[in-house]
Amino acid sequence: MSELMSELMPVLLALTILVGGVGLAAVMTWWERRLLGFWQDRLGPNRLGPFGIGQVAADMIKLLFKDDWVPPFADKVVFIFAPTAIVVAMMMGFAVVPFAPNTYIIDVNIGLLFFLGMTSLAVYSVLLGGLASNNKYALLGGLRSAAQMVSYEVFMGLSLMGIVMMTGSFSLVDIVQAQTNVWFCFSQVLGLLVFVVAGIAESHRLPFDLPEAEHELTAGFHTEYGGMKFAMFMLGEYLGLILIACMITTLFFGGWLGPAFIGHWLPPFVWFSLKVFLVICFFVLLRAAIPRPRYDQLMSLGWKVMLPITLVNLLVTGAILLWMEGA
Amino acid sequence: MLEITLFYIAATVALVATILAMTRANAIHALIYLIVSLLAVAVIFYLIGAPFAAALEIVIYAGAIMVLFVFVIMMLNLGEKGDAREKQWLSPAVWAGPALLAVVLFAELLYVISSANGPVSTGVVSAKQVGLSLFGPYVLAVEIASMLLLAGLVGSFHLGRRYLDRNTPEEEKSQRGAE
Repeated sequence: MSELMSELMPVLLALTILVGGVGLAAVMTWWERRLLGFWQDRLGPNRLGPFGIGQVAADMIKLLFKDDWVPPFADKVVFIFAPTAIVVAMMMGFAVVPFAPNTYIIDVNIGLLFFLGMTSLAVYSVLLGGLASNNKYALLGGLRSAAQMVSYEVFMGLSLMGIVMMTGSFSLVDIVQAQTNVWFCFSQVLGLLVFVVAGIAESHRLPFDLPEAEHELTAGFHTEYGGMKFAMFMLGEYLGLILIACMITTLFFGGWLGPAFIGHWLPPFVWFSLKVFLVICFFVLLRAAIPRPRYDQLMSLGWKVMLPITLVNLLVTGAILLWMEGA
Repeated sequence: MLEITLFYIAATVALVATILAMTRANAIHALIYLIVSLLAVAVIFYLIGAPFAAALEIVIYAGAIMVLFVFVIMMLNLGEKGDAREKQWLSPAVWAGPALLAVVLFAELLYVISSANGPVSTGVVSAKQVGLSLFGPYVLAVEIASMLLLAGLVGSFHLGRRYLDRNTPEEEKSQRGAE
């Protein structure tokens, strides 16, 4: 019986993530607008239902019943394929996230690399969407996203290598267990800084949403999209946000562990969700507070500031580890 | 048994995707098939006990290099004119030479595989083992590869600089006018 349970557990968890992820992404659209409203001294959607939560249902109905239109000048197959890529890739990324001890779909020794691989595959969605639309604004959005994501991927991966060095494993479960005494947000401050910035750039959210900068590119790569296909892009973006928040929690804030000085008096999953929620709120705060940079500013921030910081972090971490091993 | 089945599925996908990648006239469609083929190869790597190679196949080939390929295709923006030209080039006569060479190679490959004994899998190769062999016996190859990359980096930087410093035709005209 227990064997059957342990066999079924990943399947059940996968289904829960599938349903929960979509539901959470939908609620996020409302929560983000309310929070933005709160921080920007306005109301946000507050009319439908208690606190305006009915807005989620209203938006979904609107998107579901909209005419599912493909522009006649678009590359039809690629146009339809593009929005699915980001949702599939982001959903796959959740496979390696450890939500609590023994609550994960797979724990492989390449977990971290698997996550990086899935986020890099998500790029195709934006890229192909922009290309297949056959529209100059969409094309420009796609080009920008390609350059932005390929650049930020480089130090997104490198910023995590300090953690891998300290843990000695790519497995996310091992990484969480290595933080029992000290979270990596203290010992890997530079890594955290770079990973947060790169994470926002990878999920192309404000302030780094240059692929869809509305005042210069109408809506960037999804200019030609509407209805369900547009909803898929949005779903992918919010799933990406949740996934990045999960990864920041797992990698830098001790995952399911409570803070060492308070103890672990809450259930592990509650600790995990609480931290993910706070990280998501922090992302919304960034969106509310920081204006969008110019495109060349984004690129030079990446290559001239972020990359050197990452390399210094890598060198210092390596040196300290070697020194401690020798002592 | 399950692994063998998965292997054959992944291998079939890889072969079909690669053939389609070669025969498509539309460059973007060909690239998408190539990406699928790379992902299938990653699955094969994982199944024969090389998870690290599988992850790198996805992160580097499918996730980064192919993105740059798509990027270049986007910059060129060939459109339907490009498709038509490509269709012309892909006439049946063109296939004869490469097909002949491929048949020779295939025969050789069959001979080699038939003389090898059994499946190749010899346990799982961990990331640590890959790292140790890269910085142990193969350190020279790693250094040479890094020098090659550095040369590429310096070269592209140089080209980019020259392009920035060069005067545009309008500027040259105005300079000549000033003289």
